[in-house]
Amino acid sequence: MSGILAQGALTAPHGFLSPTGVEIAFVLVGIATLAAAVMTVTTQQLVHAALWLVVALGGLAVEYLLLTAEFIAWVQVLIYVGSIVVLLLFGLMLTKAPIGRSPDADSGNRWAALTVAVAAAGTLVWVVVDAFRTSWIDLDGPAQGSTKVSGEILFRHWVLPFEALSVLLLAALVGAIVLSRKSAPDDAPADAAAPRETESR
Amino acid sequence: MHLAYPAVLAVLLFCTGLYGVLARRNAILVLMSVELMLNAVNLNLVAFDVWLRDTLHAGQALTLFTIAIAAAEIGIGLAIVLAVYRNRGTADIDKLRDTAEGTGPDPADPEDPAAPAQKAEAAA
Amino acid sequence: MTTTTLAVLVPLLPFLGAAAGLLLGRRAPGFVRPLAVLPTFAAFVLAVVVAVDQGGGKAIDAATRLTPTGSVPIELALHLDGFAVLVAVLVGLVATCVQLYSTGYLRDDPRYTSYAALVSLFTSAMLLVVYSGDLMVLLVGWEIMGICSYFLVGHYWETPEARAASLKAFLVTKLGDVPFLIGLFALATDAGTFRITGVVQAALTGGIGHPTLIALLLLAGVAGKSAQFPLHTWLPDAMAGPTPVSALIHAATMVAAGIYFVARLLPVFAASAAAMTVLAVMAAVTMVGSALAALAQDDIKRVLAYSTIGQLGYMSGALAVGDRGAAVFHLLSHGAFKALLFLAAGVIIHAAGTNSLTAMSRMGGLAKRIPDAYWTMTVALLALAAIPPFAGFFSKEAVLSAAEHTALGESQVAPSGAGWTVLIAGLLTALLTAAYATRLWLLAFRGRGAEAPDHGKQPVVMNAVLWVLAIPSIAFGLTTGYLGDWFDGRALTPAVTTSVLSTGVALVGGLVTYAAWRHTSALAARTPMGAVAAHPEGDGSLVEEEAIASHTRVYGDIASAPDPADPGRLLLGPLHRHAATGFHLDAVYSALFVRPVLAAAALVRFLDREVVETYVRGASAAPRWLGWAVRRAQNGNVQSYLSALLAGSLVLAAAVVVLANVTAGS
Repeated sequence: MSGILAQGALTAPHGFLSPTGVEIAFVLVGIATLAAAVMTVTTQQLVHAALWLVVALGGLAVEYLLLTAEFIAWVQVLIYVGSIVVLLLFGLMLTKAPIGRSPDADSGNRWAALTVAVAAAGTLVWVVVDAFRTSWIDLDGPAQGSTKVSGEILFRHWVLPFEALSVLLLAALVGAIVLSRKSAPDDAPADAAAPRETESR
Repeated sequence: MHLAYPAVLAVLLFCTGLYGVLARRNAILVLMSVELMLNAVNLNLVAFDVWLRDTLHAGQALTLFTIAIAAAEIGIGLAIVLAVYRNRGTADIDKLRDTAEGTGPDPADPEDPAAPAQKAEAAA
Repeated sequence: MTTTTLAVLVPLLPFLGAAAGLLLGRRAPGFVRPLAVLPTFAAFVLAVVVAVDQGGGKAIDAATRLTPTGSVPIELALHLDGFAVLVAVLVGLVATCVQLYSTGYLRDDPRYTSYAALVSLFTSAMLLVVYSGDLMVLLVGWEIMGICSYFLVGHYWETPEARAASLKAFLVTKLGDVPFLIGLFALATDAGTFRITGVVQAALTGGIGHPTLIALLLLAGVAGKSAQFPLHTWLPDAMAGPTPVSALIHAATMVAAGIYFVARLLPVFAASAAAMTVLAVMAAVTMVGSALAALAQDDIKRVLAYSTIGQLGYMSGALAVGDRGAAVFHLLSHGAFKALLFLAAGVIIHAAGTNSLTAMSRMGGLAKRIPDAYWTMTVALLALAAIPPFAGFFSKEAVLSAAEHTALGESQVAPSGAGWTVLIAGLLTALLTAAYATRLWLLAFRGRGAEAPDHGKQPVVMNAVLWVLAIPSIAFGLTTGYLGDWFDGRALTPAVTTSVLSTGVALVGGLVTYAAWRHTSALAARTPMGAVAAHPEGDGSLVEEEAIASHTRVYGDIASAPDPADPGRLLLGPLHRHAATGFHLDAVYSALFVRPVLAAAALVRFLDREVVETYVRGASAAPRWLGWAVRRAQNGNVQSYLSALLAGSLVLAAAVVVLANVTAGS
């Protein structure tokens, strides 16, 4: 805490009314990302939601770059945009999601959800701004997240968690296979034998 | 760069995801919203890592782990959604109400005070 | 053994007999009869020995204190004077006779064991009351008698009449016992002791602070126990008990306890002229009213019950004029002949198969069927009607002459108004007593109609007992000259004026009744009525139980029968209807107490059902609505749950932040 305060005191001269170029870029990209995120959670077309998610995740990757975390940014693009969104699209396909507008995309819980979300946003923004309005990120100097640096620390200091994570991924893989495999040998239509199957799992 | 920018952006993204989780009907859209929330956390981790100049790069390492775990989560989640869809013929969350309280006659029938008592005894 | 030891044994033996009877009765049925009769008989013999030892001389006092009992000590005390020893002899004699008689009368009764034990316990309690020199110990016996009376009256508890009668007896006597207890406490507080000698000493020296209040409180208990107006209503109903019980409890002992108690504490009552006047009025009303009621009763035992109330009125009257010697004299002779009357009535009921005089008056030859009961009953009725030279004449004369003395101012113990009241009421009652005695005798033994059914000979033991009791009924008057020395020393010999007067009115009463009977008995043949018991071959108690149970059904009333051949109906005229119901006193009580209590109970019931219950229902409504709301919340929608969860955590987080800011700012 004292470090933060000291740093805040050191970087006191920086104001919000005289933004640097990086800041302007960050804010613009951030607005676009947020707009894409909002579209993701509000659009009536399910496939469009996935595509807006691509935009939001891509915008986040740009934000990572602006924060000098280039490796994270590429990983973001590779894994999220490249694989996760593709997986989601597959999921939409497999669950026969309707193409085009589906008016019942939002549940009846919408207004409660909006209230909670807005209240949470208000509270958190207030807290965050209250806490960090004087904090300054010094982006000059060596890049904090270059691929070289990331690789070094990842395989030097974080190698054990990394290996543990690989085990987790394996377990997830196996779990996903087990879950999605049809247990009945006679390839029956899934919804016919529904309750018994769920229970057996 | 002010720390407030990434922090506020992360908060707004998180709350957007929160809204999605609470408001979306389709389970896959809920999973997308969860991804948004995870990414908001990731942005925070990266921003604070850069701000603190952490020599261990804990924020970035954890971001990587989060991304990996998110990938695993989305895999498992999709598998579950697919299994549910196969069994129930739908992926809508608000139709999965097996844990709902049973739907009997209106329990607060003021004309029949004995009914709730009997029900309570039956439940006990 | 000293006299004191013997006197202790007298109440103790029947008590032990009762305990042994209750303990062994079920396992050793053969011992039940000896255990019932022998201790009582031994107590009687010992009572006689104690009486002989005491000899009417100076009172014997003995006391032992078991444990300190606070400011006013309670002691196990004996006070043996002439009254106590003679009354104890009477109690022992009657109890022995009743126990003997019961062995025959309840020959086949399945509950004889408990019955005999209760009779023994009752005898023991009465003897305790008689001998006790301490008011608290006396009260113990007093209350034991109350509860035994409850059980014994309810002996035929299968019949609703007996159940109601036992409850009524218990409640009415308890109604008197509550003020009685308060009066005892007040008396002991004023006198500083529970010992009777101490209390009497205090009363004689003016040491009682509130004599009128105490005397009236005590009179309430006495009226309850001795069946004086207005608490007498339990006694006629108590005839639903077995006849020997009626003889023991409701003729010779328990009802005598009240009279005996007043006799013991007469100085306390005499200290208050108001109390004496109240007692005199009470006695007069009781005497006349009960004699009128007796003339209208159909149940033979109810006639005797009302006559008991009347004779107790005589005793109260004697006490009201301050002559306890006369009162106890009448108590003794009445105890003998009334026990005889009841026991003979039991034989009659058994033989006739009915307790209704109406039915008996349509039954010929009953006297020939049961000659022993016929002759002894005649003797006892003559004694009751106070015809010389039977016992009742002398004792009643003693009462009347005491009243005359007071009325004429020769005795200063009581106000002369009380004397006049008692004297006039006594003479009027003498007339009525002779009338109803004659009516009873004529209806029971001079009936015309079908021959009385033959149920075989009565048990010897029952007849023998009748003759035993007939002896004092005939000859007790011979002791008149000596008895005065046993009591207060006042002579009890009859005075000429009252003798002539009372015998005269008694003869008039008897002759008028006979004339009325001659006039009405012709009607009997024209109006066939009556019913007899279904099992005439059973023992006495069975026959009686059936007779009691069927009386209301056959005649429409427990007390009277619509019999035009009844001389009492002719004599009483329009009064008959009221006299038959005991002058509607039960109806008055019902209106005064029963109905308000029932109404109050209904009110409470209404309050509970409608008012309190509404609150309860209202109290349950709020949780029910709350539960309904919670149930509605359990809709199974995960998103709703999650929304609520997050909203809650948000509120908590906001609260923490705000609180942190507030505390940081302060």
